[in-house]
Amino acid sequence: MTSLPQPAPNAKKLGLVIDLDTCVGCHACAVNCKEWNTGGHSAPLPDHQPYGEEPDGVWFNRIHSFEAGCGSSSKTVNFPRSCLHCENPQCVTVCPTGASYKREEDGIVLVNADICIGCKLCSWACPYGAREFDELAGVMKKCTLCIDRIYNETLPEAEREPACVATCPSRARHFGDFNDPESKVSKLVAARGGVDLMPELGYKPVNKYLPPRKASIPTKPQEQGGGTGNALLRLLDKVLSR
Amino acid sequence: MKPASSVLLLTTLTGFGYGLLAWLAVFALCGGLPDSRWFLPVAVVVALAFAGAGLVASMLHLGRPERAWRAFSQWRSSWLSREGVASLVTFPPALGFAVLWWLQGPDSAVAIILGLIAGALGLVTVFCTSMIYASLKPIRQWHNPHTAPDYMLFALFSGAVLLALLLAAWTGKASMAALVALAAAIIAGIAKLAYWRFIDAQPPLATLASATGLKEYGEVRPLDAPHFTENYVLREMGYRIARKHAAKLRRFVVFAAFLLPAVLAALAALGAAPLAASLVAALFTALGLFTERWLFFAEATHVSTLYYGR
Ligand code: SF4
Ligand code: SF4
Repeated sequence: MTSLPQPAPNAKKLGLVIDLDTCVGCHACAVNCKEWNTGGHSAPLPDHQPYGEEPDGVWFNRIHSFEAGCGSSSKTVNFPRSCLHCENPQCVTVCPTGASYKREEDGIVLVNADICIGCKLCSWACPYGAREFDELAGVMKKCTLCIDRIYNETLPEAEREPACVATCPSRARHFGDFNDPESKVSKLVAARGGVDLMPELGYKPVNKYLPPRKASIPTKPQEQGGGTGNALLRLLDKVLSR
Repeated sequence: MKPASSVLLLTTLTGFGYGLLAWLAVFALCGGLPDSRWFLPVAVVVALAFAGAGLVASMLHLGRPERAWRAFSQWRSSWLSREGVASLVTFPPALGFAVLWWLQGPDSAVAIILGLIAGALGLVTVFCTSMIYASLKPIRQWHNPHTAPDYMLFALFSGAVLLALLLAAWTGKASMAALVALAAAIIAGIAKLAYWRFIDAQPPLATLASATGLKEYGEVRPLDAPHFTENYVLREMGYRIARKHAAKLRRFVVFAAFLLPAVLAALAALGAAPLAASLVAALFTALGLFTERWLFFAEATHVSTLYYGR
């Protein structure tokens, strides 16, 4: 059913918190996402010309870099973008077949690849560009919030989190239940002022982004040295002070 | 948005077909059709052939056409599903209209009632099609109050042009349908001009600052893209057309889709070579509306491409 479900009592609201303050833009989450999901629930995630001139393929997670603000307070912000598992996702309601659906019990938005007709309308309805079409299978694919990890009883409990969260080297990604005010994600959002992307479109994204901290670390001005002698001395100083 | 020819064909051809069906019902009701057993059934078949061709073309757009039947299931929430259902349920009354007319002649009240039902359902189908586009929030050039009325107007206009052609071919004389086509061309043309004025003045849906949640830092500029080649999102939704080309094509649409057919319809209505005039009018309407539909896609921008600085 592509009508949105009434959330069940005690339903979870699972999603991610992405910390734009600590994300270093290393793409590890995107790579691990690709690695897990090309063998997971929506497998495979095809690649076209992976080693060719125009490599192209299905990825559920894409890492952008932006510049925000001007002057001394400006920031470089690394920005991972994936499905936000919206509470009011038009990608689901436009689907003519029922292939796209939002789960009652935890709010995860999924595609049933067995009945998708590949009309692509859901990707048009997503403001976040989160859905990518599998040209080979002729069906739509998207982030599953690693449904095959988070409930996977064959994995050690500590690993039952999305691949992107598990792999992030700077701990910029967090997974949890937003309906539980005591969960780590709820607390992070409250403490750090987590925000919605494009709230004006009314999709009510579940995933939240933590804005970069305003504080900046003062740095000493670079020493102004001149001449080769000075450069040699500095090099020596560097080597010796290791 | 990438203009996919299958979708352009779907929307223009079903417009012709269901527009013609609607006018056939109205003309049958008003007694404006030739007093022949054959004209109406032939015309209904033409209408259904146009609509059917459009629907078949739309199947080519699907990644898994063999599963197309599944699209009838979600009419509660999906305009695409409603379009499928409506287009299908139009066929039985339309066929009944044709058959009863053939059996009982122009005086058959049941035939005319079936015709009116079929005509209305055909227009409902066009409305559902228009709502597929009009309901998509991320695309400002579609999600606005112009889209649905425009689709209806273009269907009625192209249907009238087609009816004028059929009548001219059958009778060789000027017809009321040519006058209707003339009026429809003018109204549809004005609607298109109003739409362009509207989208040209529309502010963008969102800014990169709100798309990234970084509003409080001021302006946000793209620095590095996630990938250096196009991906599905950019290919499908990042299609851009140069303003220069768009302006040229807009002029072509005004001329081919509306102006020329209007002049030719006026000639046909005055009885000056009705058949030739109606034929050329229909050809240009088809070409013009196909270009119009191409532009409707090419000029549409998707808010997700903000992330790529587009
Ligand atoms: S981010 Fe896009 S694909 Fe994901 S739930 Fe929201 S609208 Fe749907
Ligand atoms: S592409 Fe598949 S999942 Fe998306 S709207 Fe069409 S049928 Fe539904």
